Amino acid sequence: MSTLETHAAILIVIIPLMSSYAIPLFGWRWKGTGYIIALLAIGASTVCSVILLHTVLTKGSIQYHLGGWLPPWGIEYVIDPLNGFMGVIVCGLGFLITLASKESVERELPGKKVRFYTIYLLLFTGLIGIVVTGDVFNVYVFLEIASLSAYALIAIGEDGAPLAAFNYIIMGTIGACFYLLGIGYLYIVTGSLNMADLGQLLPSLYQSKVVLIALAFFLIGLAIKMGLFPLHGWLPDAYTYAPSAVSAFIAPLMTKVMAYIFIRVMLTVFQPSYSLETVPIGTILSWVAAVAIIFGSIMALAQKDLKRMLAYSSVSQIGYIALGVGLANKMGLLGAYLHILNHAFMKGCLFLVAAALMYRTGMRNIFQLRMIHRRMPFTMAAFVIGALSMIGIPPTAGFFSKWYLILGSIEAQNWVFVSVILASSLLNALYFFRVIENAYLEVSPGHSKGEAVEEPAREEVPWSMLIPIILLAAGIILLGLFNERIISGILLFAVPPGFR
Amino acid sequence: MIDYLISKYNYWIYIVLMMVGFYAMMGKRNLVKKLIGMNIFQTAIILFYISIGVKKGGTLPVYMEGVTQAANYVNPLPHVLMLTAIVVCVSTTGVALSVLLLIFRRYKTLEEDEILKSVR
Repeated sequence: MSTLETHAAILIVIIPLMSSYAIPLFGWRWKGTGYIIALLAIGASTVCSVILLHTVLTKGSIQYHLGGWLPPWGIEYVIDPLNGFMGVIVCGLGFLITLASKESVERELPGKKVRFYTIYLLLFTGLIGIVVTGDVFNVYVFLEIASLSAYALIAIGEDGAPLAAFNYIIMGTIGACFYLLGIGYLYIVTGSLNMADLGQLLPSLYQSKVVLIALAFFLIGLAIKMGLFPLHGWLPDAYTYAPSAVSAFIAPLMTKVMAYIFIRVMLTVFQPSYSLETVPIGTILSWVAAVAIIFGSIMALAQKDLKRMLAYSSVSQIGYIALGVGLANKMGLLGAYLHILNHAFMKGCLFLVAAALMYRTGMRNIFQLRMIHRRMPFTMAAFVIGALSMIGIPPTAGFFSKWYLILGSIEAQNWVFVSVILASSLLNALYFFRVIENAYLEVSPGHSKGEAVEEPAREEVPWSMLIPIILLAAGIILLGLFNERIISGILLFAVPPGFR
Repeated sequence: MIDYLISKYNYWIYIVLMMVGFYAMMGKRNLVKKLIGMNIFQTAIILFYISIGVKKGGTLPVYMEGVTQAANYVNPLPHVLMLTAIVVCVSTTGVALSVLLLIFRRYKTLEEDEILKSVR
């Protein structure tokens, strides 16, 4: 292995961490450097993540021992197909969204650029740290780095933002503390903090009540963090009032990373046979998820604000991921993995369009968006692709993850879940077509038919925003077309043995 | 029964403190009281971790003449973990206080009911 291959596992975290401290240093003299440093750092992480995924797929899992201390005493970074895949999602999407953030940040947060990008990179560090580490306490530390920077970033948003951020702080702290308690209970019985080591030590202790309580604390804490219904209370306000660049970054990545660690705890720290079957958590989780899917879609239908509508749609999409895990079969799990990827792309694309609309028109009310396709044809085209994918129309990516979820539900012989997924697709169609109809409608209702409508001038958003939007929209279609490759090339290796 | 309660009194205190904090976070309508509840909640967890590292008759986790058994030393690891948790606790409080400052500047109050009234 080359040096870069050996050390990519740590560089992926160290580069953004150190760069975030470099931003105030350079930004003190040159204000514009924050954006460039953030972009370069996340770009470097993206390169590392691609190298890592390639190495994992060709040479098997990577173990990186920090400071040369052997596990289970030292902290270990483990990259296997699942988190190699997550790392590429977080870095790649993070890069595109950062690219798009420049103009939006300048418009919405004038004079705060330097501080914004410092915290922004810390948030990225936290997320990528959660993904690469193989140590449960290290996850807690990165979880708090990510959460603290997310609190701060949300709080600098518009009018309702501080209150939304405060509610998020309270809920997020409860979630993180429950996670910490879970670690404590596991440490009492095993004396270990290493995920793989815990996975080996725990099976002989499964009859112990302490392990059961630890599992409960882990799952509830992480369910709060990932915004799983009915613990999603903080999510809609936080996404709505955060600055557009922040909601475009947090919405696709933060809850997905929490969903990843949720899956990691269930499948690596605990054996799937215990966490899904011995205790009926799989059943409970999938029923809760089914309610979340329907609830999120109905709430999204009731919203007038575009960002709030997308936030409620996130609640419902998290339900899909949880449903796939709860089904406890191979197809369901593959659907959940694929949906993490697809939903990250779709929500990234849709929230970037929302940011672009905010940038150009300052409006978020979906009923004020008349004729917007004349002004911003490419942006709205990307929105339509994202919306079609959310509804699940082939060949967009969203269709295939729903397909696998439906296959999983059929395999579990549960027809309620099949109908829930289909019903939610219809609801998705309803609330997205409401937006599309308003945006593409020619005449606003006040005009009579004969009256000439003035043609609005075409004014697309700046290139730095438009290119990521178009790339994400193209990505949605490409992911749909090549989903078979992703499944057979990466995700099948991430399914734990014993899943049928 | 009494013996059972007393022999594990530190864990009972941790549970009581945690519930006090939890109640304050959920039940109180004043934002500063919620924040204080959050602090109590986090402190309770620190107490829990300190308790699990302690051994009766154990000594400092530094090598001493005559003490050769690992069982005679307290377990330093949970205590070290709590250093991190304390840092997290302090920084969460810091961020929360500055957010409260933002809220107060905007609404001139920290009562949740009054803020919600002025928002509507």
